[in-house]
Amino acid sequence: MPKEGIADPQGQTIERALPSLGFPAMHEVRVGKRIELVVDAADSAAAEASVKAACTRFLANPVIEDFSVQVVPGAGGEVPA
Amino acid sequence: MTARVAVLLFPGSNCEQDVLHAFGCLGVRAEYVWHHATDLGGFDAVVLPGGFSYGDSLRTGAIAAFSPVMGAVRAFAAEGGPVLGICNGFQILCEAGLLPGALRWNAGLKFICRPVDLRVETAATPFTRGAEVGQVLRIPINHFQGNYYGPPELLAELIATDRVAFRYCDNPNGSEGAIAGVISAGRNVLGMMPHPERAVDPSVGGTDGAVILTSLLDSLVAPAGPGSARQ
Amino acid sequence: MSVEEETLDPALHRQLGLTDSEYQRIVSILGRDPNRAELAMYSVMWSEHCSYKSSRIYLRTLPTEGRHVLLGPGEGAGIVEAGGMAVALRIESHNHPSYIEPVQGAQTGVGGIVRDILSMGARPIALLDPLRFGPLPVEGRGDPAVAERNRFLVDGVVSGISAYGNCIGVPTVGGEVAFDPCYSGNPLVNVMCVGVAPMDRIKLARAHGPGNVVLLLGSRTGRDGIGGVSVLASSVFEAGSETKRPSVQVGDPFMEKLLIEACLELIERGVVVGIQDLGGAGICCATSESAANAGTGMRIDLDRVPKREPGMEPFELLTSESQERMLIVVTPEDAEEALATCRRWGLEAAAIGEVTDTGRLEVYHRGVLAADVPAASLGDGPVYDRPARKVSRADPPAGLGLEAPDDLASAVLALVGDPTLCSKRWVWEQYDHQVMLGTVAGPGHDAAVLRLPGSTTRIAVTADGNGRWCAADPYLGTCHAVAEAARNLSAVGAEPIGITNCMNFGSPERPEVMGDFAESIRGMSHACLALGTPVTGGNVSFYNEHAGASIDPTPIIGMVGIVAEAGPPALGFQTAGDLVALLGTTRPDLAGSEYLRMTTGRPGRESGLPALDLDFEAALGRVARSAIGRRLLTSAHDCSSGGLAAALAEACLDAGVGATVEPERGPDGPMAAHVWLFAETAGRILVSLAASDLPALGAVAAAEGVPLTVLGVAGGDALAVGETLSLPVGELRRAYEDTLPQAMKL
Repeated sequence: MPKEGIADPQGQTIERALPSLGFPAMHEVRVGKRIELVVDAADSAAAEASVKAACTRFLANPVIEDFSVQVVPGAGGEVPA
Repeated sequence: MTARVAVLLFPGSNCEQDVLHAFGCLGVRAEYVWHHATDLGGFDAVVLPGGFSYGDSLRTGAIAAFSPVMGAVRAFAAEGGPVLGICNGFQILCEAGLLPGALRWNAGLKFICRPVDLRVETAATPFTRGAEVGQVLRIPINHFQGNYYGPPELLAELIATDRVAFRYCDNPNGSEGAIAGVISAGRNVLGMMPHPERAVDPSVGGTDGAVILTSLLDSLVAPAGPGSARQ
Repeated sequence: MSVEEETLDPALHRQLGLTDSEYQRIVSILGRDPNRAELAMYSVMWSEHCSYKSSRIYLRTLPTEGRHVLLGPGEGAGIVEAGGMAVALRIESHNHPSYIEPVQGAQTGVGGIVRDILSMGARPIALLDPLRFGPLPVEGRGDPAVAERNRFLVDGVVSGISAYGNCIGVPTVGGEVAFDPCYSGNPLVNVMCVGVAPMDRIKLARAHGPGNVVLLLGSRTGRDGIGGVSVLASSVFEAGSETKRPSVQVGDPFMEKLLIEACLELIERGVVVGIQDLGGAGICCATSESAANAGTGMRIDLDRVPKREPGMEPFELLTSESQERMLIVVTPEDAEEALATCRRWGLEAAAIGEVTDTGRLEVYHRGVLAADVPAASLGDGPVYDRPARKVSRADPPAGLGLEAPDDLASAVLALVGDPTLCSKRWVWEQYDHQVMLGTVAGPGHDAAVLRLPGSTTRIAVTADGNGRWCAADPYLGTCHAVAEAARNLSAVGAEPIGITNCMNFGSPERPEVMGDFAESIRGMSHACLALGTPVTGGNVSFYNEHAGASIDPTPIIGMVGIVAEAGPPALGFQTAGDLVALLGTTRPDLAGSEYLRMTTGRPGRESGLPALDLDFEAALGRVARSAIGRRLLTSAHDCSSGGLAAALAEACLDAGVGATVEPERGPDGPMAAHVWLFAETAGRILVSLAASDLPALGAVAAAEGVPLTVLGVAGGDALAVGETLSLPVGELRRAYEDTLPQAMKL
């Protein structure tokens, strides 16, 4: 998501358009990205750590974006033995 | 009879001036219609020009598709009136459901501004009746999201009903089937990613775009001719 | 009401970049100590970026008057007259923000310069982007991490210019991209904008008429770019209070497009008394400047400023650099019409104050007088005369490079494929260079040729600079930059009428940098006077350095000219059988050449540079324009970086027509092919023409004392030089076109 305080032109443009589309009650629109991926890791903590590292280095732009990581254990399926 | 051509203006459109200039080169004074208008009565043709309506926020064309004027465009199209969507105009028509499919990010993930060769795939439309099937037109593209997509059933239907209007001779953006433009089931609504208005005035470019705009103007004068919209 | 007083930490002003004596000057101006908001305003307005304090004494020595100049330096942009229209031009830099966040740094750079042009009442019609980066990744060369960062910067900057310029519908029609190690860690992102207005629609930043209403249009105000003055934030930075941190500026080109259309419509409706853009120092600059320029004052109510963030303090609201905002002064009778026009465009607008006759800027916040200063004092910043030391430089050893390369063909291909010299198609095909249907000649030409809306006259625009030559000799290097710009214009048949400039230099606290700056300005003055191109304004960017090393002094010259009816000719050879000829003479001297850079790796300051004869350059320009005006030439191409090797290659690649040529005879006998190809002698234009036009061209050249030498003939599918070189056009094309796409692949 864009960092707090950073201008979010997309969010603001959508927010201004919503009333004329029949949704006057929606405010403070912010637009970000959702990335889903499968991580091979020993446990949730390791998975989270490695995805956070990927976010810091590459997936997010730390100058203008914040990120959060949510791990869903086992959702990627079992690796065949 | 002097044709009355409406050029719709959305917040963020930026090619409307060029469309006006192109029609001017062909002897027709087109007029701007602001996106709040709800009546297109009296117009013979409607053009949705290129640009970045609403800054392409959310999805390109997504917000403009809900503009008040789009109701009038639907009515105009339902009665067989010719509607031409160029670039962002094509994107808006797809979002508004007036044309099938969607435009995605270019495969190379870069904005592309350069002339391309287009193959005319059907002459049975008001916009291409002055051309021959197989004729190649050199017209510039200028877009980041020109990658045409439709599910396989749609593509099959478009081909079966002769509704692919143009294909790129050398696919620049990954479009399915190299499709550069499609026509509606009623054959009166055309969407195309390339910019014909940029290839009309010889002092700044080629003139192949005039084939499309002249076809449209001719169809207004002699509507009963081949490829006409109104039956 | 008397102003809210605060007792501030005595050392605070130093943290904000103000000297003790500057602080004392503020105290004597106000008759008291400044409060937080006032201190913030002075610190930002008197900063280098806003006040030009280190450069003013030099800039005021530049020639600014000319036949075509309507408005010189001091306003949002300079204005020249062409074809009965007012043409606004300016160039700006956004170097440091682009190193931190290249996409947004470039976007906001474009936005800022476009608003400068808009603030004159002109519609922006073209952008040009002169860029400088450190070297791209090349196997076996340099530090891969640094090169990778440079690639990241190139990608981001080009994306940013593309995203912003394309969205607002202004074509990007020219520019340059050059690479040198001195720019690693400090890229240069300069953006030039040209705009047009009918003569009677020029607007100035004047807040006339006490009682008039001050409107703020555009984006809401947030904490963007507050930077240095954030030390004034009263809260302690605790964990979780990151909302109070200053924000990187993010561009909103859709908002900018709305601003352009709404402001031009307001001007068209005749309701604009004065207009000013908000750039550096935001609201406090726009309000104080427009009031001071009119000799009036302003009363501003910060509560009425539309805000993006809650809890902003006066010093933040006054100095915020939130983008896409304009200030307009209207009469009370016109205020409603103005606001309704903005609403129609979906633009937020608010009446934030009124013009007064007090000569002071009075700022209210929550009912309290938060700041009260004489308006003119903010713009009346310090003027420094910093120590300047002229650096003497050693010439490179004579005879460098004179021994022939083992393989001339490979040397030519390597030169033509060098990142600085190769095709920039990868860059400019990401820019919309066609919108507005005014681009008669666009990227890839010596200069862009544009139609002027509202006139049959066409103008030509170019932006040029050479950091290496300025590092070798800032005076002569800058003269060369002006001369090259003029040659580029003459090669498309345009008569130069004025320039804007962007001075990219290191730290002004280093005497050698100030010495270079002074010498560069001296050179610019000399060349501009000799070539009849007064300075209409410009931009100074100091502190361009990294790890203690300054960039090469890089003045960029943006020049505009009026195109003859018959121009422009083609860039390169079109017809087999046409004669290939050279206006000017090649000297057998490789000083300053790209070839020497590539083969010896010498840094700029040790590279040497060619001689320059400005009177000859002026004569050459007259010859080129006259020949083009009389339709004697098929093609014309300026010779600059890469010498004749580059010029001949580009001339062959234009239409795929090759050429067979012989080197000129030097003063001491036949010239070695590689010396003739790689020398970068000034004052040369490569032309092609029908043989039947040769006598007429000869007469035109002779009348001005400009040598004309027939080199050979166009035709075939190779570039052949004497017996020593025959390069198929296809191979030239691959070398020229493939470098950048390959270097920029992820």
